[in-house]
Amino acid sequence: MSAHILTRSLDRAATAFVLIVAAVGILIPLSNLLLPQGSFLQVPTYLVALWGKYVCYAILALSIDLIWGYCGILSLGHGAFFALGGYAMGMYLMRQIGSRGVYGNPILPDFMVFLNWDKLPWYWYGFDMFWFAALMVLLVPGLLAFCFGWLAFRSRVTGVYLSIITQAMTYALLLAFFRNDFGFGGNNGLTDFKDILGFNVQADGTRAALFALSCLALITGFLICRAIVTSKLGKVLIAVRDAESRTRFLGYRVESYKLFVFTLSACMAGVAGALYVPQVGIINPSEFAPGNSIEAVIWVAVGGRGTLVGAALGAVVVNYAKTFFTSGPLAPYWLFMLGALFILVTLLLPKGIVGTFNAWWEPWKAQRVSASTASAAREDGISEPNPAE
Amino acid sequence: MSGHFLDRFRALFLSVVLIASFALPAFAGTFEDAVAKFANDEFSDTEAAIEAVASSGNPLAFPIISALQEERLSADPESKKVFITQADGKIIDAATGAAVDKLPDNAAPVRLNNRLRRTVEAALGSLTLLSPDPAKRVAAAQSVFKSHDENSLSVVEGALAKETDRAAKQAFTEARAAIILFKSDASDNDKLDAVSVIKSHGDQEALALLTSAGPDQPPLVAQAITGAIASIQSNLAMWSAVQNAWYGLSLGSVLLLAAIGLAITFGVMGVINMAHGEMVMLGAYTTFVVQEVIRSRYPGLFDYSLLIAVPLAFLVAGGIGVLIERSIIRFLYGRPLETLLATWGLSLVLQQAVRTVFGPTNREVGNPSWMSGAFELGQITITYNRLWILCFTLAVFAILLAMLRYTALGLEMRAVTQNRRMAASMGIATSRVDALTFGLGSGIAGIAGVALSQIDNVSPNLGQSYIIDSFMVVVFGGVGNLWGTLVGAFTLGIANKFLEPVAGAVLGKIAILVLIILFIQKRPRGLFALKGRAVEA
Repeated sequence: MSAHILTRSLDRAATAFVLIVAAVGILIPLSNLLLPQGSFLQVPTYLVALWGKYVCYAILALSIDLIWGYCGILSLGHGAFFALGGYAMGMYLMRQIGSRGVYGNPILPDFMVFLNWDKLPWYWYGFDMFWFAALMVLLVPGLLAFCFGWLAFRSRVTGVYLSIITQAMTYALLLAFFRNDFGFGGNNGLTDFKDILGFNVQADGTRAALFALSCLALITGFLICRAIVTSKLGKVLIAVRDAESRTRFLGYRVESYKLFVFTLSACMAGVAGALYVPQVGIINPSEFAPGNSIEAVIWVAVGGRGTLVGAALGAVVVNYAKTFFTSGPLAPYWLFMLGALFILVTLLLPKGIVGTFNAWWEPWKAQRVSASTASAAREDGISEPNPAE
Repeated sequence: MSGHFLDRFRALFLSVVLIASFALPAFAGTFEDAVAKFANDEFSDTEAAIEAVASSGNPLAFPIISALQEERLSADPESKKVFITQADGKIIDAATGAAVDKLPDNAAPVRLNNRLRRTVEAALGSLTLLSPDPAKRVAAAQSVFKSHDENSLSVVEGALAKETDRAAKQAFTEARAAIILFKSDASDNDKLDAVSVIKSHGDQEALALLTSAGPDQPPLVAQAITGAIASIQSNLAMWSAVQNAWYGLSLGSVLLLAAIGLAITFGVMGVINMAHGEMVMLGAYTTFVVQEVIRSRYPGLFDYSLLIAVPLAFLVAGGIGVLIERSIIRFLYGRPLETLLATWGLSLVLQQAVRTVFGPTNREVGNPSWMSGAFELGQITITYNRLWILCFTLAVFAILLAMLRYTALGLEMRAVTQNRRMAASMGIATSRVDALTFGLGSGIAGIAGVALSQIDNVSPNLGQSYIIDSFMVVVFGGVGNLWGTLVGAFTLGIANKFLEPVAGAVLGKIAILVLIILFIQKRPRGLFALKGRAVEA
């Protein structure tokens, strides 16, 4: 059964994607750790962390593509799930600091001591244990998405209305997390991390391991998404995307399908955030900014919505461009470029890079295939029915 | 504010006690003896002297005390003579008023400490009760009202008898009531009258006064005080509700102004224009440019700058709107999510463009004279700029409604929105109407920018802060319905301002967002939803 799912979900492009990510996930850490410092092929640690960030963004993009590309739900608040996952991980990392903080309080993080709090708020309990924090990374975004989606999809809030209220959700969270008395470090967020599972977060080895883990998470997320979109469930999702009312009239409970995929996507975004935080070393409320969520949507649009591979590719390409341009003399023009990217991609490249490539490649491939089957048929004298499905 | 008030109150109370304890010996001597005490260089003697001089009724009293306050009072410790250095540099003898050539060599300024400075202020307060300027008399009476200094009673009563100015008379009556309320030997009847006078004063100060007068009063008076406190409190609660309602109306008008244009582009056309906030920003920058030109070329026209800016902002933002519609949005009709992304990109470009041209910092846009200042209405203060913006918003709304209802363009707009193909068949150039409608919505956003430049910082991020709120208003009010937008804006504004005192500004805003999210679950199409086939389109 599992072998069947695997063969079904892995077409040639997907296999290539998984192999490339796996190769990157193995080779970059190895090159960073084993090759001598300064050697031509050695990847410096800062690049490992930077690329680790891109991989996390790719997971976020994947989660957005799953709901937008395959189910037509445009969430402008996915950054919120990403940030919530990040905060869950950040809370674990804060508790790991222990008495090494500036104020040396073994239990309370520095900002709480600074605010004269005398004990840990109840919602910080348990975050000293990794398994609990890991659970929360999935549960908190998942639960929020479940409640939000349950309310929204059941009352058939769709299209732009849904987009706007997801944006309101992340905006409300942004305001809330900026507050000091909310108990998450206010404006400064959570930072100054020391250890993760007993390893120093700054150490090369830890960073390499985190990078490899992020690649593993990307592969896992990709496989899950592929398994879903190639299954019967995926077909229903696409039907919901293309004709929601018709799907409902055919007897499918549209809201349950949407709710499932929305919650799953939020969990994925949470994992991305959790992997992002130890590599970047900080999580603060600006991650909730509505602009971030919209930017994540444009990664998917650039790469190609409804292609999964494209989403990951788009995230890496756009973020690489961002790093490249904002660190050079072109920095003042980056926003022009980003804005133009939004406009041009929607106007001229509505299918994104991968979608456009497919549209160009597939007729050509089909032509070749039909030509070869035609010649085969001529040789055998019989025409075979298409074995697929 | 209240801390500051309490501080002053305490200082005045202290000075009253001190003055009372030194008053008796001071009365024994003549004015000259009292003045001579300034020369002793003892704080306690200076204090006695201040009190004696202030209550002497001598015309030199005011010059002496104000000279003391400004450190222009000098004394010769040996001859016990005291001198005033007048503002014009001339020197007079403080006891007689006779001109003196120069200060004796060993004359030194009379020293003050902080406690004495408060005493001086209190003494000056009672002296200005007799000032020829009615405004000063009112201010002095109000300070007596707060200090309820028993020694001022005779001065206050004397002044009250002579007073002709209505406001000053009222202030003196209240000051007298405050003194009598605290006077231990006043009769119950007088005190009851006093309580009713203070009650009619009816603000926070009266409340504080009555609260502090509460203990050790005769039972009848105590009862009256309790009643008066309750009445003032309910009165104040009423006024604070009125104030919240006014703030709410003001916020609602701002929201409405920002959202009206969106109600056209999103509500009527169904285009998600994330660059709407940037149209508002462009309007605000247009105002800035107009004011800069007026400042440098025609300074006399400054009061008309907004009147000039309104049509210009409409043209600038509307023109850019038409341009956007022709070059971007018309290719995206029927793909609302793509429109959203493209216009978001556009908003980034516009913001960055403005940042490049005008710089990233706030630009100063001035208030014309008819928009600055405020007036009092009962217990609340209403600023003119907020009031004008409310009027302006309602005017814009009315004009827009009339335009949609009575002009040919309005008719065509409604036709295209209701049934595009039918309208096209009837010979309406739908693409031209689309462009004009979008231009109209953007132009109104530009006008909003002119008004918002008066109350908000004009910076490239101006639009960002309104975009989410504007969408909330339109979605809450119901898409495709201008009246819904009006009701939505004022409901959200007032709800926000009534939540603010309870929950705090940020929590109140969060609560509103959460409520809207829940509300949309309940009524996915807003307060006033369009009914019929158009809904599924």
